[in-house]
Amino acid sequence: MSNVATIPHSAVGEWKQPSKGVVGMACLIIAEASIFIIFIVAYLYYAGKSLSGPTPHEVLELPIFTSICLISSSITVHFAGSALHHGKRNATSLWLALTVLLGGIFLVGTGQEWYQLIYHDGLTISTNLFGTTFYSLVGLHASHVIVGLIMLSLSLIFSLTGQMTSAHSEKLEVLSLYWHFVDAVWIVVFLVVYVFCR
Amino acid sequence: MATQTTAVVDRTVHAPRGRVFDVVKEWLTTVDHKKIGLMYIGYALIFLLIAGVEALMMRIQLAVPNNHFVSPQTFNQLFTMHGTTMVFFAGMPILFGFGNYLVPLMIGARDMAFPRLNAFSFWISAFGGFLLYYSYFGGSGMYGAGSAPDVGWFAYAPLTARVFSPGHSTDYWTLSILVSGVGSIGTALNIVATILCMRCPGMKMNRLPLLAWLYLVTSGLVFVTISPLTAAQIMLMLDRYLGAHFFDTQAGGSAVLWMHFFWIFGHPEVYILVLPAFGFASEIIPVFSRKAIFGYPAMVAATVGIGFISLTVWAHHMFTVGLGAPGNAFFTFSTMVISVPTGIKVFNWLATLWGGKIHFEVPMLFSLGFLFQFVVAGLTGIMLSVSPFDWQLGSSYFVVAHFHYVLVGAIVFMIFAAFYYWYPKMTGRMLDKKLGQWHFWLFLIGFHVTFDLMHIPGLLGMPRRIYTYEADRGWAGLNMAVSIGGAIQGIATLIFVYNLVHSYFKGKEAGADPWDAWTLEWSTASPPPAYNFAETPTVESRRPLWDLKHPNDPDSKYEG
Ligand code: HEM
Ligand SMILES: [Cu+2]
Repeated sequence: MSNVATIPHSAVGEWKQPSKGVVGMACLIIAEASIFIIFIVAYLYYAGKSLSGPTPHEVLELPIFTSICLISSSITVHFAGSALHHGKRNATSLWLALTVLLGGIFLVGTGQEWYQLIYHDGLTISTNLFGTTFYSLVGLHASHVIVGLIMLSLSLIFSLTGQMTSAHSEKLEVLSLYWHFVDAVWIVVFLVVYVFCR
Repeated sequence: MATQTTAVVDRTVHAPRGRVFDVVKEWLTTVDHKKIGLMYIGYALIFLLIAGVEALMMRIQLAVPNNHFVSPQTFNQLFTMHGTTMVFFAGMPILFGFGNYLVPLMIGARDMAFPRLNAFSFWISAFGGFLLYYSYFGGSGMYGAGSAPDVGWFAYAPLTARVFSPGHSTDYWTLSILVSGVGSIGTALNIVATILCMRCPGMKMNRLPLLAWLYLVTSGLVFVTISPLTAAQIMLMLDRYLGAHFFDTQAGGSAVLWMHFFWIFGHPEVYILVLPAFGFASEIIPVFSRKAIFGYPAMVAATVGIGFISLTVWAHHMFTVGLGAPGNAFFTFSTMVISVPTGIKVFNWLATLWGGKIHFEVPMLFSLGFLFQFVVAGLTGIMLSVSPFDWQLGSSYFVVAHFHYVLVGAIVFMIFAAFYYWYPKMTGRMLDKKLGQWHFWLFLIGFHVTFDLMHIPGLLGMPRRIYTYEADRGWAGLNMAVSIGGAIQGIATLIFVYNLVHSYFKGKEAGADPWDAWTLEWSTASPPPAYNFAETPTVESRRPLWDLKHPNDPDSKYEG
């Protein structure tokens, strides 16, 4: 029980601050980007330094189709966001489903690639430096895709059951920021792993 | 501009005192930033004491030549656990604790931006500390006797490879740091979002208390600093468990790459620890000089400058590896450059004192100690930044003396100052002043006996991390003195702990604003109610309480 003076009250003009969801996601993205940078630096540093085969040139193939799928899912998630913003629930579900599908195709593609590499080319994480850096970098990215897909599928379920309304459009916006980030990282990984160092 | 002063009644409902179980449950499930802040601080204090005991055990071992107080293996574990604990489980959590408690109060917010994330971050960090110490039981595997990690706090490869560190002790080290890193990033994210998005009306960025600015920059550093460490720890785990070769020199991997990754984290980390201490100083020194802080914009600019420059200096920890001439030149230069914004800060604090009406309360005593010691530590830092000088003294006790001068002489001093300054806000009672003065003077004497003298064995060639030494080296007397200083600091710390407990029950009632201070946290009750402010405050200057107390001469008249 105490009496406390408060601060003078005065008319302050319009008081606007950034959205905390967006700021929080931006911080997370900076932190995640730093993790990826370290893995990419390791990849570049060890490129061509393996003491034994197989080399990237022998075994890697350009994953063009799955990459296109992943990149286009950035567009579909954007459409999902604006559909939700305008309160079009069915369109939201449709775009979200498409996003999950495209992301899923990418993941299956990675799975097939790894299967091929492990069982036919005999490349594992302990084979040589290429295997070490390749699986950890691509795997780190894939794990981010998985997290994103789980979140997107949840949104899809909420959208289908009608629990997601235009009041949640900012939340979907924040999620799509994350998804854009995952896609942007893939462009860098693609260039480093499949183009420059192959 | 209608300005009115209202007296507000604390409307907290005081439930009848619950049973122990209710109280425990309340703390375990709380998402209140003040409770989480206090838990962070309490947890950090426990680890501070544990790591302090480890330090004293090392000092007993080194006090006389050819000593056998502990075995060489135990000694290696002691310095590893001491360093790791102090940095990750004492320093970081105590600063996050104060940040959690103070930032929302100082910017007039109801809570942090993400209260549940806040609780998660705390508990996962606490779990990290638990994991580290669990290594004492689980380190050799569930069936073995167990042992703590002994690879040093920077855990250079290939010492961490399976061959050289069998068992699980190194894995506990890795996992504990990984897990607490997740917590650090969560809390840092929360602090940034709180400061950018939760300020009360009128609290523009150029009116933000300097402490909040310092925490903003520290948190920004956490993202780009802790993450590389997390990445490196993941690589180490892959090496140890899946047979990857990141740091395996047999398969073409590089031990030096680990050093780079570690110090890309390690150097900015020391700034993560020191910036909040700067924040405390920037709040405490003006209040006890009875003057507004000198050069607010320069302080902010210097802080941001330090943040950026600290990312470019890491390899000054690696001069002895052999960086080549361009590397040596670059890292010597960048390390020297960082002392420019640091110097700006020191001059601003001095200019704040200049002409002020200085009150020598206990928080101020510690702040003055901080100022002096921080300058000395910066000077030995600049000596070490000269690469040829570092080739002589790298990995000697001179380095140990340098960084303890900062970590203890600056950071720990400011943490003590912060306790004396904000304890009344947190508990509603003042810390005892007499005990505080004993604490200060004993700690000051102990500190200088230990760390001033520690430079000399370093200059005489005593390497760090040795378990014992021969009697004929000429270091024996100095080492004895260093150990005695350590004991004096230990006694001073016990006085402090006693003061914390004693004053909680017997201390003088503090009231809302015992120091006649100027920032928002002093405008609400001590301890503040769960909702912080009965009405959301509105501010018009950097010192809202000054405006309130001097309606005829408010700061807002002078600030641009
Ligand atoms: C002007 C400021 C500073 C300069 C120029 C400076 C310079 C240096 C240099 C060159 C070293 C490497 C010595 C060696 O390993 O051979 C070093 C080590 C160290 N410094 Fe500083 N320093 C400064 C401030 C700080 C601050 C503010 C902190 C802590 C908050 C700090 C903590 C450390 C630590 C922990 C180490 C040694 C880590 C280890 O080897 O275990 N320094 N410093
Ligand atoms: Cu450094």
